[in-house]
Amino acid sequence: MSSSSPPRIAGAILTVDDVTVRFETPEGPVIAADDVSFTVKDGEFLSIIGPSGCGKSTVFNVIGGLLTHHEGTVRVAGETINGPHQSIGMVFQEESTFPWRTVTANVAFPLELTGMPKQKRIERARYFIKMVGLDGFENRYPGELSGGMRQRVSLARTLASEPKILLMDEPFAALDEQTRLLLGDKVLQIQQQLRQTTLLITHNITEAVQMSDRILVMTYRPGKVKRIVDIDLPRPRTSEIVGSEAFGRYVAQIWNDLREEASRGLRDEEAHVLHHEAASS
Amino acid sequence: MSAGAPARGSPWRAFAPAATGLGTLIGFLLVAELLIRIGVINRFIVPPPSEVIESFGRVIVEEHVPRRFLLTLSECLTAGVMITVFGVAGGVTMHRYKLLQQAIETWVAALAAAPVVLAYPLFMVIFGRSAWTIIMIGFVAALPPVMLKTLEGLAGTRKVLVNVGKSFNLTQNQQFWKILFPAALPTIFVGVRLGLIFALINIVGVEFLINYGGLGQLINDLAERYDLPGTYAAITFVILVSVVFFMALEKVERWLRPVD
Repeated sequence: MSSSSPPRIAGAILTVDDVTVRFETPEGPVIAADDVSFTVKDGEFLSIIGPSGCGKSTVFNVIGGLLTHHEGTVRVAGETINGPHQSIGMVFQEESTFPWRTVTANVAFPLELTGMPKQKRIERARYFIKMVGLDGFENRYPGELSGGMRQRVSLARTLASEPKILLMDEPFAALDEQTRLLLGDKVLQIQQQLRQTTLLITHNITEAVQMSDRILVMTYRPGKVKRIVDIDLPRPRTSEIVGSEAFGRYVAQIWNDLREEASRGLRDEEAHVLHHEAASS
Repeated sequence: MSAGAPARGSPWRAFAPAATGLGTLIGFLLVAELLIRIGVINRFIVPPPSEVIESFGRVIVEEHVPRRFLLTLSECLTAGVMITVFGVAGGVTMHRYKLLQQAIETWVAALAAAPVVLAYPLFMVIFGRSAWTIIMIGFVAALPPVMLKTLEGLAGTRKVLVNVGKSFNLTQNQQFWKILFPAALPTIFVGVRLGLIFALINIVGVEFLINYGGLGQLINDLAERYDLPGTYAAITFVILVSVVFFMALEKVERWLRPVD
């Protein structure tokens, strides 16, 4: 059910190989990600989970091509990439809709870039708006929507670019737990409908177990792959699964892995604060 | 809710702020009228508001206010077009070239605070006693806020929006026109609005100083003739023009910023 080293899967659509990222800080070099390797199969839902500061978002930025000064390689369907790639669609943690565009114009944005005729791209945008459950809000501006609705607009905009891999960085982190669970259902439904390969970065164990086929647990700094856990829960899934016994076992198992890392992170933060206080006094 | 209380959303609630504002103005004018009539304020320095209001019709007809208004307005619009074109382009260039920004941002900010109007003799030497002297002083005085606000708007674009652009593999041109510029537009418009107000103030001031052109010259003429009600009527007219100008710009700004 779990293994200590990442398996290399033949025919993987995404391969992350020995990725290491170092940052220079005033306190010296920091290794944000250390020899991170894993693969994602076509149609698979993989979550990366870890405590704050473990380098999850760094891995997100490397795969999305926003961070290019790294060691190791990222390959999409065998092609090595080092920069943004049309096969990868990104959904960000922060609210990222364009406030000057309506919902339809936001979702049609990637289609506009391809030069698709206006009428066709509006039809296409409406298809994805309906998919995320926002039909009826096509002509609203993001400022008129709730946080969860805006994240759905971002998701629809990314889906409209029809990426091979959907890359999401804690897209529901700013939402309340109930909305988060319901949006998790929506993402699951879409993922199953499109057979969309998805990579989710999260620190929420429930969210990860609810949606994933596999969960990659990262260590606290330097961020390494600690374990990859297969989630053998039946599909199609909904948020109702959070009440099941098997779900609880997976959550406990992953928390067991994470607790040690999270505690280390907490101790490190406390030491950091004390160090700063001592230095400034 | 008590029986006598006005219902939520009643017309009174909607008009209360405007009515209170207007009432305050009328109250102020009545107090001024009273103080002038009982001699607390010297009527040879400040004429009674009633005389100023009476002189409105006379000033508008005899002093050709519509023609002067159009002249001042055309000077303002010319300066407005110039500050929009050159100010936005200047701000964009400063944003694009960091070295240039570091080199001149302080100077531009200093220019925004400088009383450019005092340099009018220099402008008269260059452009003569013409509308161009007035327009160019308005332009130079109003350029810095447009440049600085354009820079602020572009630099303040949220990083995540820039990252969305990168994730869709936008070219530098697309990144600018599809993300940076629309994101910065509300801030740029604040700069243009400030710039136009700076331009209007300077233009009327220079018209007054060089005794040439539209409404500023009219104030100068009437003051030299010691027609105090007329002078104050002309000043009121300029204030009204500024208010209308400001409100129109605010409407356009709201239109540009659909929903906050």
